[in-house]
Amino acid sequence: MDKETKKVLFEPLVDNNPITLQVLGVCSALAVTSQMSTSLIMALALTSVTACSSAAISAVRQHTPSSIRIIVQMIIIASLVIVVDQLLKAFAFDVSKKLSVFVGLIITNCIVMGRAEAYAMKNPPMKSFIDGIGNGMGYSLILVIVALFRETLGSGKLLGFDVLPLVKDGGWYVPNGMMLLPPSAFFIIGLIIWAFRTWKPKQVEHNEFKIMSISHGEGGHH
Amino acid sequence: MLNAEKKTCKYNEQLCKYYEQFRVYADRILALSNDSLEKTINVALALCLVCAVLVSLATVALRPLQSYNKALDMKKNILDVAGLLQDDTDIDQAFKERIEAKLVDLKTGDYVEGIDVDEFDQRKAAKDPAQNEAIPVEKDIASIRVKAKYTKVFLVKDGDQLQSIILPINGYGLWSTMYGFLALEADGQTVQSINLYDQGETPGLGGEVVNPNWRALWKGKKVYSENGDVALTLVKGTVDTSRPDAVNKVDGLAGATLTSRGVSNLIQYWMGAEGFATYLNKIRTAN
Repeated sequence: MDKETKKVLFEPLVDNNPITLQVLGVCSALAVTSQMSTSLIMALALTSVTACSSAAISAVRQHTPSSIRIIVQMIIIASLVIVVDQLLKAFAFDVSKKLSVFVGLIITNCIVMGRAEAYAMKNPPMKSFIDGIGNGMGYSLILVIVALFRETLGSGKLLGFDVLPLVKDGGWYVPNGMMLLPPSAFFIIGLIIWAFRTWKPKQVEHNEFKIMSISHGEGGHH
Repeated sequence: MLNAEKKTCKYNEQLCKYYEQFRVYADRILALSNDSLEKTINVALALCLVCAVLVSLATVALRPLQSYNKALDMKKNILDVAGLLQDDTDIDQAFKERIEAKLVDLKTGDYVEGIDVDEFDQRKAAKDPAQNEAIPVEKDIASIRVKAKYTKVFLVKDGDQLQSIILPINGYGLWSTMYGFLALEADGQTVQSINLYDQGETPGLGGEVVNPNWRALWKGKKVYSENGDVALTLVKGTVDTSRPDAVNKVDGLAGATLTSRGVSNLIQYWMGAEGFATYLNKIRTAN
């Protein structure tokens, strides 16, 4: 694997993570992460859709009229999502029941659209495919971390195994019900963003404008 | 050039001619400027066509598998509420051997003959204007607005002996309409199990209606009081076992008052005169 490919593939994991740096695709990250199994399937579904749609959009990019560019992307993405949804319903029925509408909502996931517009329209299919995989993995990484905390702290289990013995089953752990509710994912994602930006100070955004201090009399009027 | 192409044509000559025409056309279109109207329309059409074929192929090819999954899932729910589901149960076979589906006319409480039970889809029927009836607002305690005139019930048999009756129930909780089954023993009075298999209540709170520990609390509870009213309800907190009506009460779900109220309401509705009361009366007298 050459350096360029490596960069495209691994940069979205930490350095340019779609959730923590670009802050895209947060809604589904809140919705599906109360269990590890649903998070994993969602991550897989989103990664495959992002990769395939990026490749397809890139393949037709030179013949895409700019006036209908977004519609072309949407049609390709929507078709792929429907195919993935149908596949899940046929081969992973239980999981697809749990994910319910969120698979369909991959269509509106900003990561897919964002990569199509920002990368696939300007790069060849193979590279776009790898970029899609990379960004899907970045999304997956955050989903897995969030689900890890939410499922263990919320229900004391992980992928069906008992991790923390619950009080009601004779153990010591009182499950934190809030972890099972979507807002908890907000806190966890916030903490991850904090951790990432402490680790990589380059990611800290600069203020777009400065708030002037009044004490010097610069901004006030008398 | 056209001659040379013809020589390589392996299939139908006419088809090859169309293909050749198509290629000339496609080459002309692809050479056009991206922003020309002709190209825009052609690209849009071609893309729609390709995507439509892809999507239709996926749905049509996978439909048999999906409907099998759906049917299997429903059988699993029914076997589960009947207490016949173990990890290694062969679902299709167990269902065939032990369970008999019947259609019941809710008004008269009689079985309906002449309609293929296997083809009857309860939820579709409830939505179909030809097969449903509106529930008057003052009677609609389960907040479901419509119900099917005929309802599919399942009889669990051991040989010829009726073991339990499985009744479909539904009603509104906090966020969602909950769908489920209630299994009663052959006396039409004692609860065997409840299985609210389809619900969108808050995970961890109202969603605990699927919790096996909570479901186990239903076993042995009585639906009707001595004077024949529907008495089975959920209570806040835990049931005081010293009370004489404890047999009609089930623990409410902690932190899910509205879901608990929804479950009480749907029991009240479906076990009452609007629901299965007439049918259950007939079962009792027949036994």
